[in-house]
Amino acid sequence: MTHRAHRSPMVGMGVLFGATLVGLLVLPFAALAVSTPLTDLRAGAGHPLFAPALWLSLRTTLTSLSITVVLGTPLAWWLASSRSRTARVTEVLIDLPIVIPPAVVGVALLETFGRRGLVGPLLEAVGITVPFTGGAVVVAQVVVSSPFFVQAAANAFRKVEPDMLIVARTLGASPTAAFARVALPIALPGLLVGASLAWARALGEFGATLLFAGNMPGRTQTMPLAIFSALEADVRLAIVFSLVLAAVGVVLLVAIRFVPVLRQFQGRDAL
Amino acid sequence: MTTWHVSVATRVGGFELDLAMDGDTTPVALIGPNGSGKTTALRAIAGAIDVENAHIHVGDRELEHTEAGIHVPMEHRRIGYVPQGYGLFPHLTVQENVEFGLAYGPYHHSSTDRRAHASKLLSELGCASLSARRIDRLSGGEKQRVALARALVLDPDLLLMDEPLAALDATRRRAVRRFLADRLEAFGRPSILVTHDVRDVIALEATVVALDSGRVIQRGSLDELRRSPANDFIAEFVGAA
Repeated sequence: MTHRAHRSPMVGMGVLFGATLVGLLVLPFAALAVSTPLTDLRAGAGHPLFAPALWLSLRTTLTSLSITVVLGTPLAWWLASSRSRTARVTEVLIDLPIVIPPAVVGVALLETFGRRGLVGPLLEAVGITVPFTGGAVVVAQVVVSSPFFVQAAANAFRKVEPDMLIVARTLGASPTAAFARVALPIALPGLLVGASLAWARALGEFGATLLFAGNMPGRTQTMPLAIFSALEADVRLAIVFSLVLAAVGVVLLVAIRFVPVLRQFQGRDAL
Repeated sequence: MTTWHVSVATRVGGFELDLAMDGDTTPVALIGPNGSGKTTALRAIAGAIDVENAHIHVGDRELEHTEAGIHVPMEHRRIGYVPQGYGLFPHLTVQENVEFGLAYGPYHHSSTDRRAHASKLLSELGCASLSARRIDRLSGGEKQRVALARALVLDPDLLLMDEPLAALDATRRRAVRRFLADRLEAFGRPSILVTHDVRDVIALEATVVALDSGRVIQRGSLDELRRSPANDFIAEFVGAA
């Protein structure tokens, strides 16, 4: 008991620090929720900016998520199974968009796909223009969100013991079947967590989209950009838009938290 | 009686494996210090690593013959493999683990056949009550039996086992060793196992092949090795009896 009493001031301070941070993280969302009367909610949902922005957000994020999963899964598998230096270097390069501010990513994308960019003129020659189109929204989302998926997926694939794949092969499975029937199911919880994180990041993407795709209602104006525009006209409208986006985030978070149940069912750790 | 021959030369990273061995249905115990190439040898026989030059045949089947341009892929080798730690599929039940080999490619069976065949084997190995169990709910000894059942389900021509008893505690090890010896005798086909325990060699009445730095440095019965051990490791190994 004396030992515990001796430690209690430290514990008390820890609790205080922790509670402060939790408050800082949760309070804004509580404020958002309580500051919105139902009538505002209805009015916001009926606003001409709302439906197109929400629809564009859902459409582009689902497209970018599909691209991320299709391109990122084989990449993650390679990163997890290769011991080469190229793989380690690639792994560091992939993390770049996580540490670089989105606005910088937006400028970099313009310098790549813009009219005077690195590959822009080439694409233009074959009739493809990327900046300030729906395609630019998707490209920006893929760039900022896919690192989250690839990282989580590579970690999940590292849990698959090479011996399991060897056994699967000796039991008659082709390399593809061994991957699909053994590696993929074992890594699935981790892949789902990665996909959820990537989707959440794409849904919230603002800076790179604004610079690279612009803020055109119905064309490139996703929900975060619509909040930005609404804020200039009517704060209440911005609050309603924010609330909807926050609700989507909460649903996602619950879904991610639900994955451990799946993980337990599968009897393995996801991350 | 089935005879087999393995000669393999290959390089994995900085490690060089260059060995030749042969045998019949008498179990072969691969011994050697850590890093001597025991696991690499098993993987090369299974076809899991690229080899530079190899000749492997089991009975009258050529599995690998570099000079003749023969390379049978892993899924067609008819080799049972029980890796270290067993490598059981954690997302499948015991029954599904054993059925796995009957579901794919060359060994495809109907689902009714699969179930019947796997159930029969599981009850032969005393695991009938485990069939619906998840892998993480099995004891070490149970995992060993299930891994053996999974490897035997295809009726392989050759059985490879990497330290099959290492994951067990000392008291279980004795019972499982006895069980393994009985099963290998019933199996009646060639088998190669990696071991660090001379008691495994005694129980299985195995021929010993000793490796060091990727090469065979001595082979023979336990008595022969006792009479003139080729190095300190072998002297220590056989003396521990």
